[in-house]
Amino acid sequence: MIALLLRDLKLAMRAGGGFGLGLVFFLIVTTLVPFAVGPQSDLLASIAPGVLWLGALLACLLSLDRLLALDWEDGTLDLLATAPLPLEAVVSVKALAHWITTGLPLVLAAPVFGVLLNLPGPGFFWLVASLAVGTPALSVVGTFGAALTVGLKRGGLLLSLLVLPLYVPTLIFGAEVARRGAQGMETGTPLLMLGGITLATIALLPFASAAVLRVNLR
Amino acid sequence: MTLTVTDLAIARGGVPVLEKLGFSLESGQALVVRGPNGIGKTTLLRTIAGLQPPLAGQITGAEDRIAYAGHSDGIKPTLTVTENLNFWAAVFGAHGIADALDAYDLHELADRHAGNLSAGQKRRLGLARLLVTGRPIWVLDEPTVSLDKEAVGKFADAVRSHLGQGGSALIATHIDLGIDATTLDVGPFRAVPKPVDDFDGDFL
Repeated sequence: MIALLLRDLKLAMRAGGGFGLGLVFFLIVTTLVPFAVGPQSDLLASIAPGVLWLGALLACLLSLDRLLALDWEDGTLDLLATAPLPLEAVVSVKALAHWITTGLPLVLAAPVFGVLLNLPGPGFFWLVASLAVGTPALSVVGTFGAALTVGLKRGGLLLSLLVLPLYVPTLIFGAEVARRGAQGMETGTPLLMLGGITLATIALLPFASAAVLRVNLR
Repeated sequence: MTLTVTDLAIARGGVPVLEKLGFSLESGQALVVRGPNGIGKTTLLRTIAGLQPPLAGQITGAEDRIAYAGHSDGIKPTLTVTENLNFWAAVFGAHGIADALDAYDLHELADRHAGNLSAGQKRRLGLARLLVTGRPIWVLDEPTVSLDKEAVGKFADAVRSHLGQGGSALIATHIDLGIDATTLDVGPFRAVPKPVDDFDGDFL
C-alpha cells in the first residue's frame, strides 16, 4: 500500500503529473474575484469564506478525471486488480494520494489566499480548520465518481455532474464553519457535521468505489 | 496445485463467446491457447485471471496464484525502468528485481524513463514484471507482440525456467515459441448463438 502511495505521489510530482493544477486554479479564482466584485472591501469580506470554499471544491474537481483514468488506460488497474492488494485498499490509497497532492496544498495555501479576499481576522483559523476537515471527503467522493466513470472516454463531464451533488453537503457545512468563524460566531455544530460527513464517506465509499471498479473492469 | 477449469462459459459484452470449455494445468506444464481472432481468447484469460465472472462453470486453483499480462503492460512513462519494476515487486511483496533485469537484458535501460523505450523494450519490461510477482501461474495474452527474434528467445527461456521451478503458464499466442507445450484449440468450444429473448414477461 505504501508502495502505491509513494508511486502516486512520485507520478504527481513528475512532468505532466498535474501536481499544482488545483493550487493554480485556486489562485486564479481568488485573484480574479476581487477584480470582478470591485473595490468594496466589506462585500468582499462577507463573501470571502464562501468563495474560498467554492474555489477549493472546484480545484479538487479539476484533477478527478485523471485519478483512475490514467491507470485504466495503461492497464495498471487490471494488474492491480490481480495483485494481492484488495481493490478497497487501492481506491483508499488513490484517494489519500489525491488528497495529499490536491487537498493538502489547498489547506496550506488558504490563509494566503484569504488575505487576497480580505477575510476577517478570526476567520483564518476556521477556514484552515474547515478545509482540513472537509477536503478529505472531496477526495474520497471524487474517487467514487472516478471509479464510476473509469471506462468512459472523456468521462470528465459525466464525472463532474455525478460528483457535484455529492459535494453539496460538504460545501454547505464547510463554508458555514468558515463564515461563522469569520463573524466570530459559534462553529461547533457545523464543524461536527462536516467531520461526520468526512468520516462517513471515508468509512463507506471505498467499498462502493471498489465494487463499481470491479464492474467496470469486466 | 493444479489449475482446473470445468464446463466454463464466458461472454464478452453480454454475448456468449465460448462454452463447455474444460482443461487442467499442472505445475511445470505450459498450455498454449490457439484460435482465430475474436473467438474469445482474451476473454478466457481475463476470466481465469479473475477480472470478470464466468457465465457458468468453475475455475479452481486460481485464487491469488495468477500473474496476468494483457495487451497493455501497466508501465508508467515518467518512471524509470527500475522504479516501474520496484513498484510491482513491492505490490506483490517480492524482493529484488535483478533477476528480472537479467532475464530480459534490461540492465542498460535500467535508469531510462519508460516513456523513452521502444515498443519492444516496453514489452520486455512488461514481461520482466512477471518475474517479480513470484506467482506460480502465468496467464499471458499475446506476450510476443512487438518483440524481436532475440527477445522472443529470451521470453521462451524465461518461460522454460519458470516451468522448471514448478510454475505453469497459460499463453495465448499465434506464433511458435519453441517451448514444450500442450496446445488448446478453443475453436470447437465456440458458443452456439441463441435467439435473443429479451421479452420481459413480468412487464405484462
